[in-house]
Amino acid sequence: MGESAVVAGQLFNGISVASILLLAALGLALSFGVMKVINMAHGEMLMVGGYLSYLTCQAVHGPLAFLAAMGVAFAGACLLGALLEVTVIRFLYGRPLDTLLATWGVSLILQQAARSIFGAIGVEVTAPQWLNGSVAIHRGFLAGVNLPYVRIFIIVTAVVVLGMVALFVARTKWGLLLRAVHQNREMAAALGVNTRWVDLAVFALGTGVAGLAGAALALIAPVTPTVGQSYIVYAFLVVIVGGLGSLTGAALAALVVGVFSAGAQIFMSVSLADVLLLVMVVVFIQFRPRGIIETRSRLLDES
Amino acid sequence: MNRSTAKMAAQTAAFVALALAPQFLSAYNLSLLGRFLALSVLALGLTIVWGWGGILSLGQGVFFGLGAYALAMYLKLAGLGAGELPDFMEWSGTDHLPWWWGIFHHAWVAIAGVVLVPMASAAALAWLVFRRRVGGVYFALITQALALAFATLLVSEQAFTGGFNGLTDFHSVFGYSLMDPAFQRSLYWITLGFVAAAFLALRWLLGTRFGKILLAIRDGENRIRFLGYNPVPYKIVAFALGGALAGISGALFTLHVGVISPAMAGVVPSIEMIVWVAVGGRESLAGAVAGTLLVNFGKDWISSAMPNLWLFMMGLLFVLVVTVLPKGLAGAPQSLGPQLAAIRRMRARMRERKDSRKAGARKSCLGDAAAAACRATSTAECESRHE
Repeated sequence: MGESAVVAGQLFNGISVASILLLAALGLALSFGVMKVINMAHGEMLMVGGYLSYLTCQAVHGPLAFLAAMGVAFAGACLLGALLEVTVIRFLYGRPLDTLLATWGVSLILQQAARSIFGAIGVEVTAPQWLNGSVAIHRGFLAGVNLPYVRIFIIVTAVVVLGMVALFVARTKWGLLLRAVHQNREMAAALGVNTRWVDLAVFALGTGVAGLAGAALALIAPVTPTVGQSYIVYAFLVVIVGGLGSLTGAALAALVVGVFSAGAQIFMSVSLADVLLLVMVVVFIQFRPRGIIETRSRLLDES
Repeated sequence: MNRSTAKMAAQTAAFVALALAPQFLSAYNLSLLGRFLALSVLALGLTIVWGWGGILSLGQGVFFGLGAYALAMYLKLAGLGAGELPDFMEWSGTDHLPWWWGIFHHAWVAIAGVVLVPMASAAALAWLVFRRRVGGVYFALITQALALAFATLLVSEQAFTGGFNGLTDFHSVFGYSLMDPAFQRSLYWITLGFVAAAFLALRWLLGTRFGKILLAIRDGENRIRFLGYNPVPYKIVAFALGGALAGISGALFTLHVGVISPAMAGVVPSIEMIVWVAVGGRESLAGAVAGTLLVNFGKDWISSAMPNLWLFMMGLLFVLVVTVLPKGLAGAPQSLGPQLAAIRRMRARMRERKDSRKAGARKSCLGDAAAAACRATSTAECESRHE
């Protein structure tokens, strides 16, 4: 296996990690952009999605069971997100730092609940038959690179979901309302947009996508009560690098963060790669403090 | 006696009670109280950073850890003979002491390191982030990533940091034996002295011009800019001060507990530190100390009695404090005021109805007044949201 093959393999791993980061960060970027809410329990939505897909795969068998599991994960995380919005978050609008703390509390509760129900040891979802196997490259300078179907599936899922969310925002009536509230909440409200419903829908959509990410994640790693924790910090870095509430920015940033940390891991230990990633983010905001894609606005005080 | 004298009297009484505690408490409880007081130095620092500066730091554990490791390195070296290496270095095959370990042979370097290393790191981070006008939520998330990176780095660089187990097995500090009960007792009073000094110094600071501008920055950073001030240096100083206090707190904590490990410097402990202050009241110095003691004693008690319950309690505490008591216990009367008033109004209305039913009179118009009051509060809320 040549050196270029190692780099290519790592690049591929980076892109598949980036896909999960992207799915996790989409909801964060949406709810942060539209509602100025920082949802620390977002990682736990990944966890919930993972456990739901595990349960579904236990109950349903057959080649398409996993697709059903993804549906269940999406719906379950959506519902949980809606519940969270109605019970806690709507009392905290306009206080982003406080939403951060309150949702951290929620995430602790969810983690402990998962530990009580499923135990501290992770559960595994076995990938369906049609995802076993991999694309192997035998010739050329990339000889020896192995691309598992599972990871390709995750990348495809992320791209499809990103496309669907983008279509939803750009082409549907709900997307129009969402953009209106994002641009100017008061004006949208004055024109008769029910901002309460838009907030609820945005938040639930975001957590639902995170649930989907959890189901995808369950294919490549065991689901543990703390699985969300290990992704949430990176997902937030993606949001910071990507820029407030910008889908394109989030996608680009997820790619940068995922590939950067996978690439750095060729040369150094995982923890040093973490530190380097953080340094890069701090350096990055020196040049573009509002992220890759700036949302232009004349408002002076934003979040 | 007016309110501020009453407050001061209560605070003095609490201080006297704490100073006399070694006479009354068992050795175990005293050691708990001592370590929690050490933590409350950090909480006092968070009051200025978060309560007055409006800067939420989710990485305070990093500065705590830097101070703690600075002292722990000295403690580790103090127990060794000439030419000996710390045990974990020998296990991982290191054959000589790196220079940045070597300098901690000197007590003064360690003492300076406890304060200066966290202070300088905090100042550098704050400068890098705030000068580009990145703040608020972004800063909180960056500090959280910092806490994650710091803890993983400590664990992975086992040859230099002792890895997951951290640094432990200390014997003496500045020539005194750590095990000596008399030393333990003096350490308690020294810790209390630090708490009192930090308390008084910060209270003085809030009264100065610096404190007033810091508060003004929190409430309207852009307005302060329009008035011709540059908020950046103020925020950097506040954050560096918080970092220094966190470092001192870490060093004291290490002396009390005799061990420092990455588990006390990562993401989760950092956010727990925020809870202490949130419970006590983020703007109140006395609240910070009280919150730290309450939450930690509560944690000790609950997690030993019902280990599974602690995280539930902690999560619930977060949610409740933020939604119901945003100003913590210190601000409870203020936060709960409107609710209590509403309950009182409701009772009054019910009594009125009963009376009117008895008298057969027309329905009272108090309900309308209450509705008007409700409208008034919600307008106020709207306004504060637009700020």
